Amino acid sequence: MPVLEKDGVRVWQRRSRSESLIRWFGWLIGVAVFMYCWQQISAVTTWFFVVDAPRIAGDIWDRATPPKWGYITQLGRPIWDTLNIATLGTIIALTLAVPTAFLAARNTTPSALFVRPIALLVIVSTRSINSLIWALLLIAIIGPGVFAGVVAIAIRSIGFCAKLLYEAIEEINESQVEAVTATGASRWQVMAYGIVPQILPAFAGIAVFRWDINIRESTVLGLVGAGGIGLQLSASLNVLAWPQVSLILIVILFAVVISEWVSAKVRGAII
Amino acid sequence: MSTPLACEVDTLIGVKWQKPPLVKRAWLRWTLIAGFAGYLVAAFLTIEVNWMRVYEGLDRGAAFVLAFTSPDFTSRAGDIWEGMVESVVMTVTASVVGIAISIPIGLGAARNIAPLPVYLACRGIVAISRALQEIIVAILLVAIFGFGPLAGFLTLSFATIGFLSKLLAEDIESMDRVQAEAIKASGARWTQWINYGVQPQVMPRLIGLSMYRIDINFRESAILGLVGAGGIGATLNTAFDRYEYDTAAAILILIIVVVMTLEYLSGIIRARVQ
Repeated sequence: MPVLEKDGVRVWQRRSRSESLIRWFGWLIGVAVFMYCWQQISAVTTWFFVVDAPRIAGDIWDRATPPKWGYITQLGRPIWDTLNIATLGTIIALTLAVPTAFLAARNTTPSALFVRPIALLVIVSTRSINSLIWALLLIAIIGPGVFAGVVAIAIRSIGFCAKLLYEAIEEINESQVEAVTATGASRWQVMAYGIVPQILPAFAGIAVFRWDINIRESTVLGLVGAGGIGLQLSASLNVLAWPQVSLILIVILFAVVISEWVSAKVRGAII
Repeated sequence: MSTPLACEVDTLIGVKWQKPPLVKRAWLRWTLIAGFAGYLVAAFLTIEVNWMRVYEGLDRGAAFVLAFTSPDFTSRAGDIWEGMVESVVMTVTASVVGIAISIPIGLGAARNIAPLPVYLACRGIVAISRALQEIIVAILLVAIFGFGPLAGFLTLSFATIGFLSKLLAEDIESMDRVQAEAIKASGARWTQWINYGVQPQVMPRLIGLSMYRIDINFRESAILGLVGAGGIGATLNTAFDRYEYDTAAAILILIIVVVMTLEYLSGIIRARVQ
């Protein structure tokens, strides 16, 4: 226990001297890095706009209220598209994520040396790139529209679902697998009766969780032209139709809250 | 040779075993399946796919995939470097500020620490921050503060608050009361109580979550440029617009490498603190 001698009295201290010195230097470097970064931002910021910001914000608020409620009649189709992008994207992603997860899990992969790294690479690369970027890329390749949105959501979700799924596969109870193997089951029977029942609750949870996230993401995919309600949002923003923007934002918020509620209910029922 | 025997066993012990269905009630199961199939049909019927356009795009898709084998880091090196530095700068500042703000809000949003009015106010902030998406917040902030990384920094900080405060509050709510009470019994002030009774219990998880959030912030900072809020996204968008797939591939590879490095580092740090 670190103790400090002070006038012959031993006083308890939380850390020894060298420890606190190291910590102090750590904080110093941290603060220095932060200040440097802040300066970088500050250098390219027009501070006049920032000083003016409250007025601008008030101005936008004045223009955006009240929302143009009549516009909601034109939002039915975009909302349906958004729902389709999220749902179909999730379904495609899950069908691709399941084999990827089995190839990536240490206890089910056919070859830990060759197949597993490839599966992990697929997981990392699809996961680290945002669905908006995937959408941007797919629009350049297959043209704007709902289909690009579906594929973008699907690709982005593969990594997420496969990662959670392969972690679930690695955590299964091996004795059940062994019991099924001991009955003389083939490789596929072991998978169907020994492994799948164990990961099914996790799978359902992941599916609903990802669907919830995908609803969120598909609402903004339209900003780059990939269909859904985001298209209306960017069109309204481009013509500065703030009452329409505020209505669309309210609709998006509503959709996000509902999808979160649904996913929480379903997950509560499963797990 | 086993078939007649199996049949005999079946007739002796009754019905053959079947896998139990996932949903027990039959009518609910069939309604769910029928509803799902109906939805799928409706969805497929309403999606308009221009297959000709998709077919024409396959060449470009192949060109893009090929670009990954020869990414072009050099011809736009200046733009890429500037964008990456801006993304990293935004990530660092937004993470620091976001974490610093989300700690008091997280304390306030924990029911076992905060009084009801504070609790409701903090939960309200968390709910708003979580419901609004980064990119939408960024659009609004760009409209208010003008183009540049300041809007991106504010967006990421705002998003960090919702994420971190909620998880921190949940962690505090599920902490061990006994330790906290022991500190309180020794006559500690409120700040001492938080510092010695609560903080040591939630610190490992807080550090882990913070590392995770830094990772997310970097990933998000890559798209904020699409709406003019600074970062590598603007460079990437330009590269796509000019059909410079090799430059785009280089940027994507850089993003993946940075994310992987961050994930690896956060794995090490989380393993050390837990």
